Amino acid sequence: MSLKIHQDHGRFKQIVRGKIKANLRRYVQKGEMLGKRGKDTISIPIPFIDIPHFKYGHREQGGVGQGEGDVGQQLSPGAVQPGDGQQAGQGEGEHALEVDVSLEELATILGEELQLPNIERKGKEQVVAQKIKYTGVHTTGPESLRHFKRTYKQALRRQIALGTYDPSRPIIVPTREDRRYRSYRLQQLPETNAVILYMMDVSGSMGDEQKEIVRIESFWLDTWLRHQYKGLECRYLIHDAVAREVDRDTFFHTRESGGTMISSAYKLCKDIIQADYPSSSWNIYPFHFSDGDNWSADDTRHCVEMLKADILPHVNQFAYGQVESPYGSGQFIKDLRESVGDLDNVALSEIADKDAIYQSIKDFLGRGK
Amino acid sequence: MPRGLTPQLAQLKETIEGYARGYGLDFFETVFELVTYDELNMVAAYGGFPNRYPHWRWGMEYEQLSKGYEYGLSKIYELVINNDPTYAYLMESNAEVDQKLVMAHVYGHADFFKNNFYFQHTNRRMIDEMANHATRVRRWVDKIGIEKIEDFIDRALSLENLIDYHSPYIRRNPDPRRAEEEDKSNERVEGFRVGREYMRGFVNPTEFLEEQRRKVAEEKERKKQFPERPQRDVLLFLLEHAPLEPWEFDILATLREEAYYFAPQGQTKIMNEGWASYWHSKIMTQKALRDDEVIDYADHHSGTMGTRPGALNPYKIGIELFRDIEERWDKGRFGKEWDECDDLRARRAWDRKLGLGKEKIFEVRKHYNDVTFIDTFLTAEFAQEQKLFVYGFNDKRNSWEILDREFRKVKSKLLTQLTNFGNPIVEVVDANFDNRGELLLAHKHDGQDLKQDYARETLKNLASLWRRPVNLVTRVEGKGMAVRFDGQSHSEKKVEL
Repeated sequence: MSLKIHQDHGRFKQIVRGKIKANLRRYVQKGEMLGKRGKDTISIPIPFIDIPHFKYGHREQGGVGQGEGDVGQQLSPGAVQPGDGQQAGQGEGEHALEVDVSLEELATILGEELQLPNIERKGKEQVVAQKIKYTGVHTTGPESLRHFKRTYKQALRRQIALGTYDPSRPIIVPTREDRRYRSYRLQQLPETNAVILYMMDVSGSMGDEQKEIVRIESFWLDTWLRHQYKGLECRYLIHDAVAREVDRDTFFHTRESGGTMISSAYKLCKDIIQADYPSSSWNIYPFHFSDGDNWSADDTRHCVEMLKADILPHVNQFAYGQVESPYGSGQFIKDLRESVGDLDNVALSEIADKDAIYQSIKDFLGRGK
Repeated sequence: MPRGLTPQLAQLKETIEGYARGYGLDFFETVFELVTYDELNMVAAYGGFPNRYPHWRWGMEYEQLSKGYEYGLSKIYELVINNDPTYAYLMESNAEVDQKLVMAHVYGHADFFKNNFYFQHTNRRMIDEMANHATRVRRWVDKIGIEKIEDFIDRALSLENLIDYHSPYIRRNPDPRRAEEEDKSNERVEGFRVGREYMRGFVNPTEFLEEQRRKVAEEKERKKQFPERPQRDVLLFLLEHAPLEPWEFDILATLREEAYYFAPQGQTKIMNEGWASYWHSKIMTQKALRDDEVIDYADHHSGTMGTRPGALNPYKIGIELFRDIEERWDKGRFGKEWDECDDLRARRAWDRKLGLGKEKIFEVRKHYNDVTFIDTFLTAEFAQEQKLFVYGFNDKRNSWEILDREFRKVKSKLLTQLTNFGNPIVEVVDANFDNRGELLLAHKHDGQDLKQDYARETLKNLASLWRRPVNLVTRVEGKGMAVRFDGQSHSEKKVEL
């Protein structure tokens, strides 16, 4: 049933959307930490939308309260709520409004605001799955799909019409004609598969701040790619001098103290792609984050070779994000820029601080790869 | 959409209505409608009405209510519309004891709506009127587009509290002497009539004549001013004098009408809720409650009456004050003798067995509004018993704290809060300010500054309706200040007040 209010609610949501868009840069910096996260939605605090009036500032005004306490005693935070408007019209307007936004919606907003192109999917969209959908009720069908309630109703209707129904002995006997069956249709779902391979340097030089930047950035990359592909998988690899695959939680919270050999991560990445994701049917997105410090120039050379030979030919786009850290030399991105920087499926981005995340997302996703 | 009552509820209604009438409550026919929580949220978002003009604000309200309900944080119990017949809503999923409670409460409101002085001029066909407003605004939307209309409504709503809350109760007769007066003002000033010519210099000394002439001149000057006297109903002033498009005029008039309709509910919030709570409590505990329902009832009743330190619960203050009045008039605790009695023991034991309580509270609900109610009946004992205090913001500690428990301060704070509905008084003083067609408003400062950012935004909205620069004279931190908005930007300058 549709209520009249849904129109007004729709208008309100539109306004909220506008607000989110206008403040997107700020939200991008907070990423996942925006608010409580539901299954497909995220609640975002937006500034309270209020209609201005001539009114008193609540702080100057104070008020009358009720309860225990001595003079001079502090009231617990939150105890004083701006009036409900009806009573005294004294809202301070400083409390935020929490609105639920679906991740889908958020991705759309992100796309519009950052002017991200839709991704050109690799290869043809293959028919991968078939889904059965019950679409109606027919008079024929297998007994296993008999619709009991409809059959019963049909029989009841017939018996009442024929006058054979006796309310005191309500026995209904369905005949062949009364039987109703569910009917289905096979739906073919075009499915495109995509995988993100997150790689992160967890050596000693990557601090908490750097990791948080990676985490926020990955939230937005996730959100956008999920919007573009149904069925997105994520794999997480961490490395210092050696690389290993971990779960999401470990990915963001591990801290090692060892040195850094980036080649270890690229090797693992290559192996995973070869083993699990044939590039003919998968859209593959490796994202690598580090502070740009590598063990040796040799190792870097090794990395570049591996990239050129084994990774780049198979992936949609390889992205490297260099998070600035006080300990990193920041050399790696320069090396990459020299060797593979002009290839069109390589995206490189330097992320100086949280403010730079906004631009960095654009760097990574701006090409529609 | 809303359904009629189930036979069981219909019977319940009959019973409760019988109890209510038995106690002497007097109300219009009261119609209960059965709704789902979603419908209830919608109606509540619409301010109690099933149909309002389109505006995003209702959507926001609805979102918050729905969320509050879904998270189990809040639940609307009663919703009743001042109308003849009075409409009220029952939520389908409520337990029977809740339905009883709501019905009993609603009859209290219904009685109040019908009998309180401040509601006498409200439109009792407001449900129809609101629906008409909705249709009218929708028609404009079809013609002009939702964007423009909504934007205008936003701006107009920004001014909706600039009405004269008392004007419905003031009778303004066209003054027949006016024309005569105008003639008079052209006469020469001659001072008092003098019987003996030699006394003239004494009866009408030159200074006195000067003074009189000056007054007359001033009066003439004032007549040239427009408006002649400061006008508090800013919306009316705009309707009459601002260069509005027909659709703008129509919508503004609509919003003004609605603001006046809701005004008495704001003026009698404490009394109205107190009265309804008093009666639901009475009806439930003396008549309607079954033994097995006591716990649930007590739970919900105390939930409604609950207080927080930083806010005054109108239900609680209202019900306690009505009970206090009843007790005082039953026991004769009023009048000169009572006031002058200083002996605490005697006061505590005071009982003249007058039994006037019931009569008195019915009288009070007829003639008072929140301001006069608190002013007349809030006693020192009551304030102490209810643990009332004044709180304020401590800038040093950056937190709210209890400032005072002294009765006089509590009462005066409370009265200030309630006066003019808690709104600052802002009047149109001059519509041709500086002889440039600018609008000048004056804020009657009563010790509290306006919220500056809001005031500036409001000025902006006002300017868009007046279509010329607007000025506001107010006081900020003790100093006179004139804020001007010229259509582009704000400017400020200090003024002497």
